[in-house]
Amino acid sequence: MTDFKQSALQLAAQQDSPDWLAEVRQLGASRWAAAKWPGRKTEAWKYTSLAPLQTDNPARWASPAETGWQNEIETLHLDCTRLVFVNGRFSPEDSSPLPDEIVLFADADAPQQDLIRQHLGSVVDSERHLFAALSNAWAADGVLLHVPRNVRLAKPVYVVNVSIPQEQPAASNQRLLVVLEEGGQAELIEHYVSGNRQQNGFVNSLTEVVVGANAHVQHYRLNLEQEDLLHVGGVHVTLQRDARFHGFTLAQGSRLKRIDYHVYHRGQGAHLDLNGIYLPRNRQLIDYHTTVEHCVPCCTTNEVFRGIVGDSSRAVFNGRIHIHPQAQKTLAELSNRNLLTSRTAEIDTKPELEIYADDVRCAHGATISQLDETSLFYLMSRGVSRAEAVTMLSFGFINEVINQAPEAAIRDYLRPRLTALFGEGNENVGQLAYE
Amino acid sequence: MLTINGLCAKVEEKDILKGLSLDIKPGEVHAIMGPNGSGKSTLGNVLSGRPGYEATAGSVTFNGHDLLDLDTEERAREGLFLAFQYPVEIPGVSNMEFLKASVDAKRKHQGLPELSSVDFMKLARETSKRVNLDASFLKRGVNEGFSGGEKKRNEIMQMMLLEPRLCILDETDSGLDIDALQVVADGVNAMRDGQRSFIVVTHYQRLLDYIVPDYVHVLAGGRIVKSGDKSLALELEAKGYGWIENEVA
Repeated sequence: MTDFKQSALQLAAQQDSPDWLAEVRQLGASRWAAAKWPGRKTEAWKYTSLAPLQTDNPARWASPAETGWQNEIETLHLDCTRLVFVNGRFSPEDSSPLPDEIVLFADADAPQQDLIRQHLGSVVDSERHLFAALSNAWAADGVLLHVPRNVRLAKPVYVVNVSIPQEQPAASNQRLLVVLEEGGQAELIEHYVSGNRQQNGFVNSLTEVVVGANAHVQHYRLNLEQEDLLHVGGVHVTLQRDARFHGFTLAQGSRLKRIDYHVYHRGQGAHLDLNGIYLPRNRQLIDYHTTVEHCVPCCTTNEVFRGIVGDSSRAVFNGRIHIHPQAQKTLAELSNRNLLTSRTAEIDTKPELEIYADDVRCAHGATISQLDETSLFYLMSRGVSRAEAVTMLSFGFINEVINQAPEAAIRDYLRPRLTALFGEGNENVGQLAYE
Repeated sequence: MLTINGLCAKVEEKDILKGLSLDIKPGEVHAIMGPNGSGKSTLGNVLSGRPGYEATAGSVTFNGHDLLDLDTEERAREGLFLAFQYPVEIPGVSNMEFLKASVDAKRKHQGLPELSSVDFMKLARETSKRVNLDASFLKRGVNEGFSGGEKKRNEIMQMMLLEPRLCILDETDSGLDIDALQVVADGVNAMRDGQRSFIVVTHYQRLLDYIVPDYVHVLAGGRIVKSGDKSLALELEAKGYGWIENEVA
């Protein structure tokens, strides 16, 4: 039953990779090889089966040079530095010229190689996160974003990962390393996307972010690949003194999406905002696991996740906040609200607070509800069709979270897509007026 | 305009309306009064098609349509409007979005084009001014955090925008102070044009000083047991409902 585990190691052996990455690759491969394959008894994978990965067994890399996707797949309209990867391969013709702060691993000069070696794999705990070990084993190309001291990046960095179906399910690896020196500031958007036709393949993505003292990151991650594409991804962040990380994530589509966020407050006064939305439909599965570790005093976390789970889909949310003994004066809040829109939809939610300090203020909560019949009736009593009322209420449920995304281009991109999603099959649903 | 004949209805297996008949002509204002539990609110809910309120016998004809055969939204588009006793709060859906969707649905039904956002915004702002609601309420979630009076004024604003043929005011006056009541009543009176009809459901005679009805009906035990002109309301105010219940019994 561990076919993919073997295939993955063979895939690593097939890669061309620079020698200076050999160490991290070897460590990754040995951890991957030694790890027990997750099953129902593995706490982190209790509600999410990796069976589709075994069945599809994406035992090859995607073939290069896919073109023509631009007609099928729309990306953000944004003045930005754009890096486009197609099935995991960098596409220079779709990308912008890169500023000094951004380099592909393959093009890194000696000091940049040192920086990558220093930080790559240092934020993520690859013993705890199996697919991070795989990402290390597969580390060949990737993106380094290095923001020097007190520099504010002129433009947002927009990394697009386009998946295009292959004849046989293929694997792709996406690796980002973000390092902000003291007082640096950056906006980073990760966008995983496919067309609407039937997909296949597997994306393993890993982002590590080192936020230096008093530095500030605005980070977005949109996971929008459709149906049969499988995605396991992680965002791992370490925050130094007075650092701030504002995260926004939205997942929709596809049979298996598992995204982990793991954030470490390592310097006093650090702040994390994390806003997330998941919207599985049909027979899809979306699983968010978040862990926030308060390792030092006086840090704050504000985490909000909302999900709308429809049809026969499933969602899993596991939000853990761990307050270590030294982390006095912590302020942490975690809220997870879910809307089930069908009798066959399922949500497994588990907010967890582990508190080992005594002078902290923490709150967590999870709710599961259905569309409110009284609200539906109220809208319909004004002439609004049931379908449109359902769309309005569904959108309303997540609208507050979407408004937490300061980048207007993202809100403008998401809104019509989400309206269409909620109004699927209902031609009478008009364009809603927002704001 | 509206003809109700022998209407029976039940809520959660309990018979509430037991043979109610009422005939309303264009331009008329009918007040329906009665003690708690007499079925006043049930009437408005059955007429607007609220789930859980089931008509079991009788007929309702509204402008030539079998009203009970229409869905809630179709009744609204045909010109029936229920001002809620307890307007619903819907966070995340802006009042503006909600109002535009309502007006667009009605216009589409009438074969009219949708209003542009700019035209609608202008109309909505003017209308909010008429009910003394600050335009900032248009941007807020539907009724979200509105006071009781603001919610009721929002109902009247919706009524003005939708220009219904028949308005049912379900205890719109309850919980309002005199100033708020005056604003609501002014709104309603401004909508009286000799064609539009009103059913004013109330527990208190006070409202009828501001919205003067053509007819007053007393509902008790699920039926209209007494009808009269506005003087009946004053009589009820003076004597309470007991004498009617005794008279009927």
